[in-house]
Amino acid sequence: MANRTASEKMRIIHDTKRPMLSDYIEELFDDFVELHGDRYFADDHAIMAGIGYFNGTPVTVIGHRKGRTIEQNMDANFGMANPEGYRKALRLAHQAEKFHRPVINFVDTSGAYPGAGAEERGQGEAIARCLYEFIELKTPVVSIVTGEGGSGGALALAVADRVLMLENAIYSVVSPRACASILWKDPKREGEAAEALRLTAQDLYEFGMIEGIVPEGQTNAQLIRNVGRALRDQLAELSAEQDIDILLQKRYEKFRKIGVFRQINQEENEGV
Amino acid sequence: MGLIDLFQKTRETSMEMKPQEDDTVKVVKCKGCGAELKAYVYGKNLYVCPHCGRYGRLLARTRIRQIADKDSFEELYANLAPADPINFPGYAEKTAELAEKVGMSDAVKTGVCRIGGVETCIGVMDSHFMMASMGSVVGEKLTRLFEYATEKSLPVVIFTCSGGARMQEGMFSLLQMAKVSAAARRHSDAGLLYITVLTDPTTGGVTASFAMLGDIILAEPRTTIGFAGRRVIEGTIGQTLPDDFQSSEFLLSHGFCDKIVPRNQLRETLETILKLHCGPKAKKWQVRRHG
Ligand SMILES: [Zn+2]
Repeated sequence: MANRTASEKMRIIHDTKRPMLSDYIEELFDDFVELHGDRYFADDHAIMAGIGYFNGTPVTVIGHRKGRTIEQNMDANFGMANPEGYRKALRLAHQAEKFHRPVINFVDTSGAYPGAGAEERGQGEAIARCLYEFIELKTPVVSIVTGEGGSGGALALAVADRVLMLENAIYSVVSPRACASILWKDPKREGEAAEALRLTAQDLYEFGMIEGIVPEGQTNAQLIRNVGRALRDQLAELSAEQDIDILLQKRYEKFRKIGVFRQINQEENEGV
Repeated sequence: MGLIDLFQKTRETSMEMKPQEDDTVKVVKCKGCGAELKAYVYGKNLYVCPHCGRYGRLLARTRIRQIADKDSFEELYANLAPADPINFPGYAEKTAELAEKVGMSDAVKTGVCRIGGVETCIGVMDSHFMMASMGSVVGEKLTRLFEYATEKSLPVVIFTCSGGARMQEGMFSLLQMAKVSAAARRHSDAGLLYITVLTDPTTGGVTASFAMLGDIILAEPRTTIGFAGRRVIEGTIGQTLPDDFQSSEFLLSHGFCDKIVPRNQLRETLETILKLHCGPKAKKWQVRRHG
């Protein structure tokens, strides 16, 4: 199953019968209370968030919301959040910190919404602020990419102690289609770009960018159970770490080490 | 003047950037109004067209020359060069070619300098190198700069410009956004000053990370600053956007930038702000808590 091509995986994750945020919440969390709004501008339906019990422990859940029908998808803006969505996420992340609740993020978005209003209200600032705050959030954070991890809009919810991906999930700096049209002026070469970008869970695991791949099994019920088990295991490991400074240091180092470059003889280069 | 210096000068002139001091003959054409400008005059005017006011895009070293106290810049991390982490088609050739042409191994120059006498860590992105897209090298150099500044208790000034994350490095690029932002956060938590200067164009993953995280955010006039590309947005909403959409003036009016500063005032504005925080009169107000 791991040898599916990136394009095959992209077809699988776009299947509307695949579990989505509301299904995970329904199956994995008890007494879930949805909380709304960023307190500045609006409530963004592309991000769903709230509190509930996970295996008996109170947690905060934040995720990208998609729908099955066209009406649901219109309401959720196809999972593409506006700045107020990211600001809602941050508000609830800080609330989780205050009440010492772990945060579980579900990532599934083609990207942050590229709209005029989003730019007026500071889409860039909203995402940047997520990176800046989640890195120092004084409570454990686990993120799981369940479908599409689309660029900055996904990363905003994936600065975490542990990042997991479902077996067929993808996580990419750019959509293969946009990549093909920008670099090769040919959106039809999308499949080729999908391979070249190395965006599968297996690729990211190999690069040391994620901590685990969750097998999907044969049915939706099995998939959700596997997600539940993986989250439980990660949170158990994280809660064994009692010292928040050590947790934050490890979180910092996890992102700090990413990057591949060469060292060259300085004289090849020139100063001012 | 060594051979390398000569070569560098030639390259700069060929990019219509830094004319030699004695070069009163060479003429460059303004990309805004088409006026023919004497290269020497254009350079003296900080690469702003005296006729239409168009801002030329600067080489990183030209920017540093305009901003830093004379001979105060010491470059750091110049020995980092791009690898090809995902073996992306054509990437290694592209970066090698640009290193030769631009005279930089990647899209940012980092170091320490003085601005009005204040010791400052400075990072300048350069759009001549792959539109200053951010890959591992840009991320690593800026992260090291923030870490160095934190260790030495120095302020950081970054001149941003970027087409966004560098697609050719795949997820290695995207995660640089988190890496640099994390280092900026630690610098901030140490109580230190970070100023960003947004220059043309600042977009995508750079806007959505350290460009928007300065304590003070300055911008050059009529600069394009945004997250999503204009054409992508127009495609989404099915409308043409006004000319000033995603300009620095647009950011100022929507509350996302502190001040628009013309190029010929940037140096003194930075000096004033830096001195307010780090100069001899920058006393910190001491408040005692009772009990
Ligand atoms: Zn002109």
